[in-house]
Amino acid sequence: PEDELVEYFRDQMRKDPDMASAVAAIRTLLEFLKRDKGETILGLRESLTSATTCLTGVDSSVAVSSGGELFLRFISLTSLEHQDLSRCKKVMEERGELFLEKISMSRAKVAKLCHTFIKDGAKILTHSYSRVVLRVLEKAAGEKKRFSVYVTESQPDAAGRQMAEALRKLNVPVTVVLDAAVGYVLEKVDLVIVGAEGVVESGGIINKIGTYQLALCSKAHNKPFYVVAESFKFVRLYPLNQQDVPDKFKYKADTLKTVENFSEEHPVIDYTPPSLITLLFTDLGVLTPSAVSDELIKLYL
Amino acid sequence: MADSGVTEGPDKKEEIDRAKSEGKELTKEEKQRLRKEKKQQKKNKEKKDDKASQESEKEKKPLSSPPPASQPPPQSTTQKAPSAVPAPAPVSVPASEAPVPADKPAKSKAELKAERRARQEAERASKQGKKGETGQQAATSKQKAPPNELQPVVKRLPEHIQVDNPDVLKKLAKKLERQQIPLRMDYGYKVSLFSHLHQYSRKAPLTQQVSIPSTVIHPAVVRLGLQYSQGIVTGSNARSVALLHAFKQVIRDYTTPPNEELSRDLVNKLKPYISFLNQCRPLSASMGNAIKYIKKEISNIPSQCKEEEAKSKLLNCIECYINEKIILAAKAIAKSAIEKISDGDVILIYGCSSLVNHILCEAFEKSRKFRVIVVDSRPRLEGREALRRLVQKGISCTYVLISAVSYVLPEVSKVFLGAHALLANGYVMSRVGTSQIALVAKAFNVPVLVCCETYKFCERVQTDSFVSNELDDPDDLIVTRKGKTHLKDWQEVPSLGLLNLVYDVTPPDFVDLVITDLGLGMIPCTSVPVVLRVKNVDQ
Repeated sequence: PEDELVEYFRDQMRKDPDMASAVAAIRTLLEFLKRDKGETILGLRESLTSATTCLTGVDSSVAVSSGGELFLRFISLTSLEHQDLSRCKKVMEERGELFLEKISMSRAKVAKLCHTFIKDGAKILTHSYSRVVLRVLEKAAGEKKRFSVYVTESQPDAAGRQMAEALRKLNVPVTVVLDAAVGYVLEKVDLVIVGAEGVVESGGIINKIGTYQLALCSKAHNKPFYVVAESFKFVRLYPLNQQDVPDKFKYKADTLKTVENFSEEHPVIDYTPPSLITLLFTDLGVLTPSAVSDELIKLYL
Repeated sequence: MADSGVTEGPDKKEEIDRAKSEGKELTKEEKQRLRKEKKQQKKNKEKKDDKASQESEKEKKPLSSPPPASQPPPQSTTQKAPSAVPAPAPVSVPASEAPVPADKPAKSKAELKAERRARQEAERASKQGKKGETGQQAATSKQKAPPNELQPVVKRLPEHIQVDNPDVLKKLAKKLERQQIPLRMDYGYKVSLFSHLHQYSRKAPLTQQVSIPSTVIHPAVVRLGLQYSQGIVTGSNARSVALLHAFKQVIRDYTTPPNEELSRDLVNKLKPYISFLNQCRPLSASMGNAIKYIKKEISNIPSQCKEEEAKSKLLNCIECYINEKIILAAKAIAKSAIEKISDGDVILIYGCSSLVNHILCEAFEKSRKFRVIVVDSRPRLEGREALRRLVQKGISCTYVLISAVSYVLPEVSKVFLGAHALLANGYVMSRVGTSQIALVAKAFNVPVLVCCETYKFCERVQTDSFVSNELDDPDDLIVTRKGKTHLKDWQEVPSLGLLNLVYDVTPPDFVDLVITDLGLGMIPCTSVPVVLRVKNVDQ
């Protein structure tokens, strides 16, 4: 069943490259729930947790683990008082479908909230390839707004070039800048928008390496730093500094399995503290970093 | 002031002081009334109409004693009615009614009430017509509107931060006299910035003035008061637990007097104890919450419950409270906090917090490798107690005084602080010196973690350490070195004041993380009001 799981997950990712990896994970978990032949609710919960762990072994991003946890919480939030296990499972499946439906709308909601902050003639700086940011810029372009974008190249995987390609298709004037040129280019830009792989309890974010530097520079230049993220990326982590982020998120899944000594490896994500973030746009609304904890308490309590 | 025959002077001043503290809303009305008073002193009757038109807005109060429209004399007699209400009756009542020398003999209360009601109705009817011209009057009426409606907005200042106001002191003295508790006198010269707070001397404990055996105060409470005032029991957790144990003893020894209900009588019995303890040492926020809980539990006892059953139920409640809120909370917090302690950490702690010590001992037992730097400060030198406990466990510690904190911070990886209370705007109230450490840690980019149980979260809001604090015995600052005691005669130097503050307030920007119980684990400092809201909803 583990291999099946992984296969299904990879399949989902292949089918729709535009879908967030967390959504694919949740789809996989829902399928797993449907096919599960367990006898007890507790057993079901345990097997779902182990399935999530298995999926994080494939894709180690924060969103997969947070999405899985939230899925589990959402489906168990109802009263599972039915005597018949199959009826309980049916209820859980229905809630799972509901959850999936809600989160598939989340990108559209975020785009709707954020595009109004992009004024006509704005110069935007963004970091690496983020599908949510792309969606936002798409919506803004659709509203006939004229803006230009600077994208950081974002090594080591040069994902920024991918972003630039996608933006060129939208007829948005785009420039690719070196990661080292962020300070140089910031005086020209009006606002900075980045996506997030995970939003932590303090209101900070975990994102591709280089985001922290970008945030520090924007703070120094007094430029607004906006983050766009869906609500399933909220995770119950609370890092105090860069070292405090658990190793399992810092490196890609394959690296985690093969490499023994992490001091040689370069992490692929970093943590941006909430003091550097101006606003977060989520499908729960436009939040300040301190409101993230409020939402998390509501989601998890 | 709720007494009859009160003169206008002190009453007015009180009103004006209160107005000033409430933000100068009543200036125009104040001036009006002052003018009114002056005229009234000369001529009585002509001013009746004047006042009548002005009192008319205040008529709107559906209070127990709304001032009647046309006749001032009944006003003073109706003032007698509110005086029957206990002292904490809304101060605005006597203030609003222009005090007039009582010259009417007391009518029966029922008659007065009927009269008042009739006048109120007539008033309201005429008010409807007069709506247009009540521009300024409406404004003043809104300000003086029934304290019932405005209660959440217009709060009385608590007594313990108004010590420089003689009227408040008079009120306090009367209240303590009624409860048969001796009043503790303030000691020594108070620094002017803090002259609104009490300052007591340890050499004059309240217990010396209490007669033995005391009929009013239970001996367990007397002992507790002595322990508080002499500093034998310190630390917010220790004080709350001691308080709860003393109250358990009180409940065990309590018998319901005939024709009384346990739920109401026991609460009334506890009030003088609480005043007594407050006089010995001002209550902490945690003690305040504990007392609120006990009072709620007592008043929820159904009336048909038998005495033995009720008592055992209450004792059980108190046990549960101590267990859940303090002991189990400490365990939960330790569990979350241990995740934040990694091998090779250098942890800085300040003073002696029972919770932080517990966390460090637990972490050491779970074989985390870390070392601790204990920061201490005069005059309490509580760090020595923390040092003793940690070294006993085998944790390697360093001891410095607070003046060396910026020297030592570059090698520190985390700062763990305890808290006395967490305020509703996210500020942390803790032992004096804590905000200093948080500030320096922030400057060095060292994360600051505050550990606090949820029962210490309080609804108060404070942005500075001046408005509400505690002044300890100034003689504690006197120290003898090399045979010389320089400050021995500080009282004789007129320009010298010794200030021994106990608490200070740390803003939430300096605190990175709050570790708490109730399943919340780690939250940012700004989420304290969220927790308060969620807790209130649950309860």
